[in-house]
Amino acid sequence: MVDIFNATLEHLGGIGILARNTFRQGMRRPREWSILVEQLQHLGVGSAPIVLTTALFTGMVLALQTAVSWAAFGKLLIGDVVSLSIVRELGPVLSALMIGGRVGAGITAEIGSMKVTEQVDAIRALAADPVKKLVFPKVMATLIMLPVLTILANFVGIMGGWLIACTELDQTSEFYLKHVRGALAVHDIFSGIGKTVFFALFISTIACYNGLRVTGGADGVGRATTQTVVAASIAVLISDFFLTKLFLIF
Amino acid sequence: MDAAFIRFEDLHKRFQENQVLRGVDLQVMRGETLVILGGSGSGKSVLLRHTIGLMLPERGRVIVDGTDLTGLSEEDLMPVRKKVGMLFQGSALFDSMDVFENVAYALREHTELSEEEIEARVRQKLSLVELDESVERRMPADLSGGMRKRVALARAIALEPAGLLYDEPTTGLDPITAQAINALIRNLQSTLSVTSIVVTHDIASTFMVADRIAFLYEGQMVFAGSVAEARGSVDPRLRTFLSAGNGASHV
Repeated sequence: MVDIFNATLEHLGGIGILARNTFRQGMRRPREWSILVEQLQHLGVGSAPIVLTTALFTGMVLALQTAVSWAAFGKLLIGDVVSLSIVRELGPVLSALMIGGRVGAGITAEIGSMKVTEQVDAIRALAADPVKKLVFPKVMATLIMLPVLTILANFVGIMGGWLIACTELDQTSEFYLKHVRGALAVHDIFSGIGKTVFFALFISTIACYNGLRVTGGADGVGRATTQTVVAASIAVLISDFFLTKLFLIF
Repeated sequence: MDAAFIRFEDLHKRFQENQVLRGVDLQVMRGETLVILGGSGSGKSVLLRHTIGLMLPERGRVIVDGTDLTGLSEEDLMPVRKKVGMLFQGSALFDSMDVFENVAYALREHTELSEEEIEARVRQKLSLVELDESVERRMPADLSGGMRKRVALARAIALEPAGLLYDEPTTGLDPITAQAINALIRNLQSTLSVTSIVVTHDIASTFMVADRIAFLYEGQMVFAGSVAEARGSVDPRLRTFLSAGNGASHV
């Protein structure tokens, strides 16, 4: 038990130090713009289909469940329930979980493979910094793309609810959209998007940290990748509670 | 100026319970090629990695061209790493980049050269390792083991270092390719006049490239001397190693 506690503290400390070094090294010149653009494309644009598909079907299911669960009142509340649930919680959290799975695992596998084939050491031997070259672009790309994807996911999720409300539940577009507009406040949108900045930082830093710690061969890469998906998902879900409390204060 | 380009002083390194280096003392003179021989797990590669601070000792010092590496940060180690190139055992080419970009990596990172100058420098380094322009746009995955070593060597000499480290340069290569790599090491030695450390357990390779030989046994440097002194050594551990290696190469 003490060992697990110590190991957890060691990992948390290591992730914190890596996050600090990432921003310290990343701000130094020359900036790695071309690598950042490549990562934005690879990590962000490549993740759009999975994130948006998840949002679309979540919005559709929410609309159906709301109508069925609350009988007569349900149909009146579809726009409110779908928009608030998606924008405050499901959009940010589900997008983060999807990115944690796809991007987090990808980052760990990529850096881990480079570690076991000595490519990370080769970067160091060529007097370059792996944190600046590998970690910073990935962290920045995730920090930029997760909020952007979440905004899109929110929109698509609400449209999913609209699709079901209008085609299956006999609502008019005007009625549904009027309830969406009436339910959402600016604060809801910003608190949801604000959380994704923290989620992105946790996911990308955990993924890079696990990649850089890989030892052994393919087996080590596999284990580290699994650890990243588990740790990133847990970090998102636990931090979501505290971030929600925090945003409710402001 | 110190006649020794690299000095290891009382170097100790442990991985958990495994004490790999037990007080290694060794000097590598300017311009010479020193081969460090030793069996698998004897700590040769670990010692080599200490030379440019890829690993840090738990005790002892490494001094490269007058710079004591003790306590230096990654950033402070950069000038030393620019001065000493390294060829990794598995070549360690960046597999997301083609041959040209691999060789150009350090030039883009550390010089203000124009694209034309970089292109000229990359081609010059590739020709030094006997590769032509046709390989420039090939990816590392499409290269043979011998070609990967050559490209990795071109990358290691791109910044024209004063020192070169070779980690098992012939491991995993067929005898003909291994011999070609040995010839290349020898050619680079005469062309560039660099100080080199070659870590290997390949006896044939050792006698082809070495000016001096050091023998690492159970974490200690039990022999260091000229090739002739190594051949005439009465140390039973070195004799056993050399005769086993010679036997293998005759087979």
